[in-house]
Amino acid sequence: MADRDMTTTLCEQVTQACATHTPLDIQGSGSKGFYGQPCGGEPLAVSGHSGILSYAPSELVIRARAGTRLAEVEQLLHDNRQMLAFEPPRFAAESTLGGVVAAGLSGPRRPFAGAARDFVLGTGLINGKGEALNFGGQVMKNVAGYDLSRLMAGALGTLGVLLDVSLKVLPKPEVEYTLTQVCSQAEAITRFAEWLGKPLPLSAACWYDDHLHLRLSGSESAVRQAQHRLGDNLLEQQPEFWASLRDHTHAFFRRDKPLWRLSLPPATPPLALPGHWLIDWAGAQRWLFSDADAGHIRKLAAELGGHATLFRNADTDADIFQPLPAGLFALHKRLKAALDPAGVLNPGRLYKDF
Amino acid sequence: MSAITEVIDRGTFVAGLASLPDHCVLDDDDELRPYECDGLSAYRVKPWLVLLPETVEQVQFILRYCSAQGVAVVARGAGTGLSGGALPLDNGVLLSLARFNRILEVDTANRLARVQPGVRNLAISQAVAELGLYYAPDPSSQIACSIGGNVAENAGGVHCLKYGLTTHNIARLEVVTIDGERLTIGSSALDSPGYDLLALMTGSEGLLGVIVEVTVRLLPVPERAQVVLAAFDSVETAGEAVAAIISAGILPAGLEMMDNLAIRAAEDFVHAGYPVDAAAIVLCELDGTNEEVSTQIARVRELLKSEGASEVRTAKDDSERQRFWAGRKAAFPAVGRISPDYYCMDGTIPRKHLGKVLATIRAWSEEYQLPVANVFHAGDGNLHPLILYDANKPGELERAETFGGRILELSVSVGGTITGEHGVGVEKINQMCVQFNAAELTQFHAIKHAFDPRGLLNPGKAVPTLARCAEFGRMHVHHGEVPFPELERF
Repeated sequence: MADRDMTTTLCEQVTQACATHTPLDIQGSGSKGFYGQPCGGEPLAVSGHSGILSYAPSELVIRARAGTRLAEVEQLLHDNRQMLAFEPPRFAAESTLGGVVAAGLSGPRRPFAGAARDFVLGTGLINGKGEALNFGGQVMKNVAGYDLSRLMAGALGTLGVLLDVSLKVLPKPEVEYTLTQVCSQAEAITRFAEWLGKPLPLSAACWYDDHLHLRLSGSESAVRQAQHRLGDNLLEQQPEFWASLRDHTHAFFRRDKPLWRLSLPPATPPLALPGHWLIDWAGAQRWLFSDADAGHIRKLAAELGGHATLFRNADTDADIFQPLPAGLFALHKRLKAALDPAGVLNPGRLYKDF
Repeated sequence: MSAITEVIDRGTFVAGLASLPDHCVLDDDDELRPYECDGLSAYRVKPWLVLLPETVEQVQFILRYCSAQGVAVVARGAGTGLSGGALPLDNGVLLSLARFNRILEVDTANRLARVQPGVRNLAISQAVAELGLYYAPDPSSQIACSIGGNVAENAGGVHCLKYGLTTHNIARLEVVTIDGERLTIGSSALDSPGYDLLALMTGSEGLLGVIVEVTVRLLPVPERAQVVLAAFDSVETAGEAVAAIISAGILPAGLEMMDNLAIRAAEDFVHAGYPVDAAAIVLCELDGTNEEVSTQIARVRELLKSEGASEVRTAKDDSERQRFWAGRKAAFPAVGRISPDYYCMDGTIPRKHLGKVLATIRAWSEEYQLPVANVFHAGDGNLHPLILYDANKPGELERAETFGGRILELSVSVGGTITGEHGVGVEKINQMCVQFNAAELTQFHAIKHAFDPRGLLNPGKAVPTLARCAEFGRMHVHHGEVPFPELERF
């Protein structure tokens, strides 16, 4: 992939858009174009702004331009026996690092290793006035100034155009075992809560189609012993399962109904909502294909201490993200205005009003 | 932040607080004095008024009232901060959250504890120990510091490399805005809709809101923890050994380094059994399952030896492990015993520049005629040089401050930061002008404005005004360039 610095051009484009109040639609590879509210601005292509800027394995940090392909970053890390521990989904081969951070999505390892935002150490970004700014840095500990770099994770480009990101990386586990067992959803959730309260080398826990699936990671001896401790009923399974879950290529995701992502306190018992369920993140992330009423799903999720996102297959005018309470919503609008006063960066992508 | 210049008469202001119980309002000189500084005692201001609310409703009332009267508010937890973040104002309210000291709920199944902001960091781990759980961030002040203050400063500790900072270990905050509005930020799930305000609030040093409740994440206590101590003939070799451990794919729970002056001070103080002739020691703690720790200890011992350690010791049992750590955790007070005063720096650097940075600090130590003891969170690059001085000797404090400022600027120049975990507060506010340019600082002020348009929350801390930077820039010229050339000089 070409090493190319487009900072100046991108700044000029945003400055121009700000001056003329022209909304921009920030475009990486487009692999997550389905996610969020549609926003109909002028395309701002950022995937050409690419290249790895620094990486020294002993520093556990990689810094790359936002248009760098996720696959390229992960290959380099793999060659050095390291990884992005939040297991970012790769919905297409061209997925970019900027898109990974802007969407803020994490894979099956999330409850055990942390989310995308947890690994962000710094970002270079263009604010809505066309100014290139740097926040955070390439070090693990940094409390100078407000944490605007982690704020970018999951903001879907509405607060800044990402130029580069610095991410903490971790060593790859020596070995990983995937285990499975027949189990009801309710029982799986109970067991996950019990296991996560113990010092076991777990790195993924999922339930689907009356089976629980576990992944153990660590040294050979630790993983073997944990397997023994968890019981003989667990059978070894192909590890490819986790990548198919991460990237939504698993058969479960081949459905046409609206796909909901429910984010809940993990020990929440099974929900009485009709549809097809897959429970990931040891209960904290639940996928549901369902025609059930959106208001009903959201009310239930909120009552249980969580929230619901209409992840895929939404009607064009549907609300994608859980509405915010009035006070928080007003604060979001002020925050958006603080970074993007003319409202030109992906307006409406997160919430229709800004 | 605009300085608050006009303020109403204190008696008139207090009269408007009649709905608060008498014992929640302190305005006698004797009562105010204990609040005149936090852990950075070189800076002192007697507060105008101290308020000690007991309920969230009282906090809301106080903030609404201060907002209406245009009176500034400084929130204070346990007062252990090291950057003067809780330094009072002589014309504003010091809002102590000390009476919010209850653990409200422990949710074992979801591994969460909902606590009031004045609860001490260590008290959380102690309260959930019987469940086999603990709260991971462990700043060295953990016996005394409050969780609310930990959130305000994004506190770290010796286990950050593996377990992260405060921002990685909290789930939800209840916050009161300057208008008295109560907001819930975050959730009991692993994420929440909208912007990541949890990240923004954490480490915001009391400039964006007042934290009235914190829900922390709990982790299972590892089955086993074991420490290896290695001695080296030079700090550079010790630094290379640290890099070798991490390059080998090992992620230690703690990875600490001390130089000779710090080793000797600690050994004299707590008798940890440190090799006092070593130029540097490395402490490497590994935790996990029993088997994993055994495997990794063997590998780390081998690596340390092959990297040139003159001695490698593994703690025989938990009491020896505690003793190894006791020396490290007591390093600051230990240095306090060998010098009338010390000035603690908190820069973080990419580890690969360790040798260069330490050599420069040594040279400056000669130049300023002030000894330096180095304590280093080696795993995450967070360096704590302790500059030894005597405030009673004319000019030493000023020399120490100038020396310290240069260390911070050096940290920035090698790609690091002026503060890894202690915060900016009042102490490092000038160095913020080195780390951030005018556009970045202006962006910070715009964020502040979105939360607190009149600048009433902790004014004068954490983010400098551009005017202040211009003034600072007149004194410090870096690489021959004048910072903020676009600003008028005065």
